[in-house]
Amino acid sequence: MAYVAIADRDHEIEHHDPQTFIRKYIWSQDHKVIAIQYSLTAIFVGVVALCLSVMMRLQLGFPDNFSFITPESYYQFVTMHGMIMVIYLLTALFLGGFGNYLIPLMCGSRDMVFPYMNMLSYWVYLVSVIILLTSFFVPGGSTGAGWTLYPPQAISRGTPGVEWGIILMLVSLAVFIVAFTMGGLNYVTTILQARCRGMTLMRLPLSVWGIFMATVLGLLAFPALLVSAIMMLLDKTLMTSFFMPAVVSAGVQTGYDSGSPILFQHLFWFFGHPEVYIVALPAFGIVSDLLSTHARKNIFGYRMMVWAILAIGGLSFIVWAHHMYVSGMNPYFGFFFATTTLIIAVPTALKVYNWVLTLWQGNIHLRVPMLFAIAFIFTFIHGGLTGIFLGNVVVDLPLSDTYFVVAHFHMVMGVSPILVVFGAIYHWFPKITGKMYNETLGKWHFWMTFLGTYSIYLPMHYLGFLGVPRRYFAMGNTDFMPESAHTLNTSITISAIFVALSQLIFFYNMIASMRSGKKADPNPWHATTLEWQTPDTPPKHGNWGHDLPEVHRWAYDYSVPGYPDDYIPQNVPAEIAPVGRQHGVKH
Amino acid sequence: MTISLVLLAVIMFVVIGWLLRQTLNTQPWLPRTADDAVSGTSIDTPAKTFGLVSFLAVATSLFALFISAYAMRMHMGDWSPVGEPRLLWVNSAFLAFASIVYQWTRNAAGKGKTSRLKPGLTVAGLFTFLFLAGQLVAWRQLNASGHYMASNPASAFFYVLTAVHGLHLLGGLWVWARSMVRVYTGAEADSVRLSIELCAVYWHYLLLVWAVLFGLLLTT
Repeated sequence: MAYVAIADRDHEIEHHDPQTFIRKYIWSQDHKVIAIQYSLTAIFVGVVALCLSVMMRLQLGFPDNFSFITPESYYQFVTMHGMIMVIYLLTALFLGGFGNYLIPLMCGSRDMVFPYMNMLSYWVYLVSVIILLTSFFVPGGSTGAGWTLYPPQAISRGTPGVEWGIILMLVSLAVFIVAFTMGGLNYVTTILQARCRGMTLMRLPLSVWGIFMATVLGLLAFPALLVSAIMMLLDKTLMTSFFMPAVVSAGVQTGYDSGSPILFQHLFWFFGHPEVYIVALPAFGIVSDLLSTHARKNIFGYRMMVWAILAIGGLSFIVWAHHMYVSGMNPYFGFFFATTTLIIAVPTALKVYNWVLTLWQGNIHLRVPMLFAIAFIFTFIHGGLTGIFLGNVVVDLPLSDTYFVVAHFHMVMGVSPILVVFGAIYHWFPKITGKMYNETLGKWHFWMTFLGTYSIYLPMHYLGFLGVPRRYFAMGNTDFMPESAHTLNTSITISAIFVALSQLIFFYNMIASMRSGKKADPNPWHATTLEWQTPDTPPKHGNWGHDLPEVHRWAYDYSVPGYPDDYIPQNVPAEIAPVGRQHGVKH
Repeated sequence: MTISLVLLAVIMFVVIGWLLRQTLNTQPWLPRTADDAVSGTSIDTPAKTFGLVSFLAVATSLFALFISAYAMRMHMGDWSPVGEPRLLWVNSAFLAFASIVYQWTRNAAGKGKTSRLKPGLTVAGLFTFLFLAGQLVAWRQLNASGHYMASNPASAFFYVLTAVHGLHLLGGLWVWARSMVRVYTGAEADSVRLSIELCAVYWHYLLLVWAVLFGLLLTT
């Protein structure tokens, strides 16, 4: 197929030079401003979710010491914490935040191809967040159905927030999906249609590959959540029976008849499992770039990394029912999903090997972004290994309702992506703000977060093996729980508070550095990718000044033999600098 | 979920297959000076066309999932088929006419015949409104015959599927209205050609979706 660079498609670009303060910083169509808006909103709502988790931990570590934590509010905290973290923080931050900022810059484009729709995407996202947060203040409070919102419990009497909370949650999710779709169409189209000259698909940095595949997954998987949200909303408001079976509630026969809660579970997890990779793939991509840049070495097995991203994307649609082993499924069905789950571990493990091999004999600079990137490898291997446990039906059944699962998914899709988020923020902070952060504070933040989170989640595996059930408000006096389990719960809570408070260092560092940090070099890490080659730091509207860049090499020309610098930017022509891998690999 | 799986498998097969073709046999770490300025492959189509195709993939996923839910729910024992109003046949004809007229308008725009755009767009829009109005009348008829939203899952699905389809059509009418304004304010065929072309594709797509949904409703 013919290649048409966006430079040759100037008539297609919607020009939107901002003239006023509002058009420049609020109602802005600039992808960088939208990225910052997305990120700040996501981080704000993430802090809310962090506070909720501290409240949950207070109850679990010091049961019945806090009068404001009732069983109802506890379940509301659990539900809102989970939903906010997965959807409104991680999905929005990786795709709306990093996706928006990095795609045009890394592809060598001036902006997203549909900037107006991109702007709308943010504002619709904000509306979804406002609707969600409103549910804290309506009669009955927010929903306490658990983040999976399983019927019949989610809309049955007795569940917290059954009056308004659940309605607002479902409406908020539907609005979020509209926002995501508008953004997602932009990301995909920009990556495929608006790359600068010379930027072939295989010269794209892995960050863009990860964001691209995650967006494809999101576009195809979020409709499943939309379908289930619409149908549950109708069950709640118009008394349809899509999901609601005939149930007696508080001695009264409800008007529902023969609905299928399992149908909801299928729809929810058909979205839910790809969602894991919607969060993970951008993290995989970004961490690859962080490791390569700070180890001064090309990423090991670039093509394999790309194919692994594609394979994970494809396979992620056929593993959803491993979340439903306990629903009483046909054993052959379980066997199929256990097999596909183990197969998806292959490309994932391949990526892990390649990250480790990228570090091998690299010139490792233990700067803050690199610390977070290496920490990610630890936590991801940890969470991935426990995933192999839970992917097997016979192991999953006894562990499914215990803290082992809480530990697993927090390691694999809580701590790991968050570590990448921090690493990425530190890495691109100089480009975004034009200022350097305080390295010492950054290292304090890293060690407190990394060691703190380990001291939270490592003991949870042990609690899970003991059989300590998750979702419980209070454990009570049970014979199978030794005193040590209670002590451990207290210790976990103290660690959680410690980690939560240590984030204040991060916020202080960011704000103080932005106001009075040292002026940043345009390319402080000596990175090769295009975003570091902009004429201005931070990049101005339109990114590239008069001329778009032209790319002549892949994104990983680090430590190329025979070249004096240990990096060659992507836009340096081959006549000026050689193109090649490290250590003189034969061409 | 088989229906959704098959459709998504097809979509993913196309996406991943295309991407693999771009990435196999490439060695990005090697110098390729000769074709640096023009290297790389991309789909040579306007960004808006590509955006629409991507959106159709999303919509296909949405409708496929609704149909999957329909297929799973109908086996639950309380399913009582709805006698679909005959009016739906008439409505289907309206939508088919709208699609045909849109295609006619698209051809006219392609040939630069500006004078045909006004009647073309007007008639296509009229048939579309007739379809939507007809769907509302069908709802009233169904309601009058005692098939309420909550009375049976079959009737609930009828309302939901037709509503979701209708909402997609309303979204299309927004773009249609913008084309109408431009054509009636003197725009030439060339300047609205892409917009009309994309609308025509969208109308064909929604006709196809309606044919599938209508077939499903009739046969179950």
